[in-house]
Amino acid sequence: MKTFFAARMERCIGCQSCSLACARLVHKRLSWYTAGIRIGSSGGISTGFEARVCLACDPPPCAAACPTGALTPRKSDGGIKQDRKLCIRCGKCVAACPVNAIVQDELNNPYMCIHCGRCVSFCPHDCLEMAEKGKANSVHEEAE
Amino acid sequence: MIRQDFRILLVDLSVRKAHIVDLPGRETYIGGSGLAAMLFEKYGDPAGNWNDPGQPLIFTIGPLTGYFPLMSKTVCGFLSPYHGQYAESHAGGRSALALRFADLDALVITGKASGPCVLSVGSRHMEIKDAPFLWGKDVFTTGKMLRHMLPGSGTRSILRIGPAGENGCAYACINVDTYRHFGRLGAGAVMGGKNLKAIAIVGDASFPLPEGKEYAKCFHEIYDQITETSMMSKYHDLGTAGNVAALDALKSLPWRNLQATSDPERIDGISGEKFAKDMLLRNTACSGCPVGCIHIGYLREKFMADNRYLYKQVAYDYEPIFALGSMLGFGDGFKVLGLMDAVEREGLDCMSGGVALAWATEALEKGLITEAETLTPLSFGEPEGYKVAIGHLGAATNEFYRLLAQGTLVAAKHYHGEDFACVLGQEMAGYATGETFFVSETLSFRHSHLDSSAYSADQKKQDQDAGKIVAGFVKDEASRCILTSAVGCLFGRGVYTEERLKDALASLGLQNVADNLLAAGEAIQKLRWRLRMRTGCDPMAAKIPKRYSEVVTWKGPIDTAYMEELRQAYATRLLELGREEEAAGL
Repeated sequence: MKTFFAARMERCIGCQSCSLACARLVHKRLSWYTAGIRIGSSGGISTGFEARVCLACDPPPCAAACPTGALTPRKSDGGIKQDRKLCIRCGKCVAACPVNAIVQDELNNPYMCIHCGRCVSFCPHDCLEMAEKGKANSVHEEAE
Repeated sequence: MIRQDFRILLVDLSVRKAHIVDLPGRETYIGGSGLAAMLFEKYGDPAGNWNDPGQPLIFTIGPLTGYFPLMSKTVCGFLSPYHGQYAESHAGGRSALALRFADLDALVITGKASGPCVLSVGSRHMEIKDAPFLWGKDVFTTGKMLRHMLPGSGTRSILRIGPAGENGCAYACINVDTYRHFGRLGAGAVMGGKNLKAIAIVGDASFPLPEGKEYAKCFHEIYDQITETSMMSKYHDLGTAGNVAALDALKSLPWRNLQATSDPERIDGISGEKFAKDMLLRNTACSGCPVGCIHIGYLREKFMADNRYLYKQVAYDYEPIFALGSMLGFGDGFKVLGLMDAVEREGLDCMSGGVALAWATEALEKGLITEAETLTPLSFGEPEGYKVAIGHLGAATNEFYRLLAQGTLVAAKHYHGEDFACVLGQEMAGYATGETFFVSETLSFRHSHLDSSAYSADQKKQDQDAGKIVAGFVKDEASRCILTSAVGCLFGRGVYTEERLKDALASLGLQNVADNLLAAGEAIQKLRWRLRMRTGCDPMAAKIPKRYSEVVTWKGPIDTAYMEELRQAYATRLLELGREEEAAGL
């Protein structure tokens, strides 16, 4: 199944349109933080930007750490499904994520990428992509 | 969060305490420019000096900040060290969204810390850290050190000053997130006067979306217009630098302290096309803006024998290319980037810094000053002397640089070179387009080319009808007051029409603000002028230096009689706008 990739982050301009879109469309929040993808500099704004986002671990350690079954592995290709009703906001998933891709808000609700791809179209530089695993960033467009 | 009241964090550096204040007035003041003026009226002392500890340094956002694209600017309100009057400067970066997500409509800083310090605020914290070790550090070093000292990487904005701000330079800027600035009229010196080296704003809150479907619909209409039409393409393509060659072709680009308005031999080396082809490294953006108008050039410098190189990334735009390029006689973009880098390091406003050095160069040529004053040779087109002089300007090394750092006219008066000081209210913006612009920048509120469309009006044939032109200035300002209270980037003024702004406000549940929008714009305009007059502005006294009557543009020589007529008409109108009885309208 298709998975979300921040495939071409060297193009990123740091506008955070993706984070704002994820928060707005997926999580129904106005935020650049409580989102499945978050953009930060790689060490100061002169160094370019990186995405803090789920890398679709397979099997996902966050799901293994979740004590209530709120996070379960997707059918294939890594990543998780989230059932917010089952979440007790314990934060085990945050600690289990090896790449700091899950955050909690002030009420301890966790926010993570669910590989829905709704942020992709908001990137003005085509940094983001939904692709089969191993196929991301395989097409290189020629600049005019 | 959307609210009718303004939520303001008041920080008093003298006692190292802060408190939250809720103030009404959304319908009248909107936010941004209107809110900053309202807060200056409440907390500022119009009779006091700019560096009295009690004077406020104000940062405001507006109701649309963060909710819509290009609503990405912060307004800074302060008493200017340049002219002692109430002033505004605008900047983007992450500052606006950081304030939004810190859940603040405004941050107001009063008092003076007992020693150098750094202020960090967020939705759940306020901290003042002692930072004597940062005092004297340049803007770049300060930024690197702050990254490790402060919380919130990725969701914060860092505002910082360099040596120019510490040393009271009247055009010291506040650097915002490395590549943006509260550039003009000396907000950096206000920070320095408070012993405040830097401010970190951490945007660590998250809010529910507005109810109903209107917000989503309105957002998508605006986003699509910005990203799927050609309306904004010029800003990310060549960027503002695309105007450099166009203005030179129109005989409207100031060269060598405005001794010429075109230089066919040199223009190709500093055009936007040349920068894009040979120097552009990448673009970057303010948070919440998909346009990405910030152009970063690269600078590679050999600093030692045996091929030892370093590289730097320098943001360029039309104005710094003018001020540190054509104005200083350069036809080589790489050399211009080198000077931009030097100006950034000191925390100077690039436009005032460049124009001041252009005056100094001509004054040196004319023998009004000598190298005993400048401490280094200054010659148009020679970068090394300018780099040394920029360091002296930031450090205020001697009496000459102390005077020049207070404004070109201050030094020009002292050394008898006022005729050729390129000052229109402050050091000019890069448009030698004609009478309309010269008068507009001399008198307009921010002394900015963005106060009105004067520089574009000059580029077309127009009737010499002073009454009509002045009415246009005033209408333009009122309209821009609305956008800068929302707070939108003025590059988005084609997208954010009055109707669009009303729809956006209504979609957030602020129908009352939408209904009062035009009246609020005019009221904010009048309030700003009242504050200006109360703090000492006399528009009738603002003169246009002789150099501007010697300019030749595409239209031919300047019509000095018409320029004077226009100046008097605009000054008279501004006195009316700033009359105290106008306050009854609020």
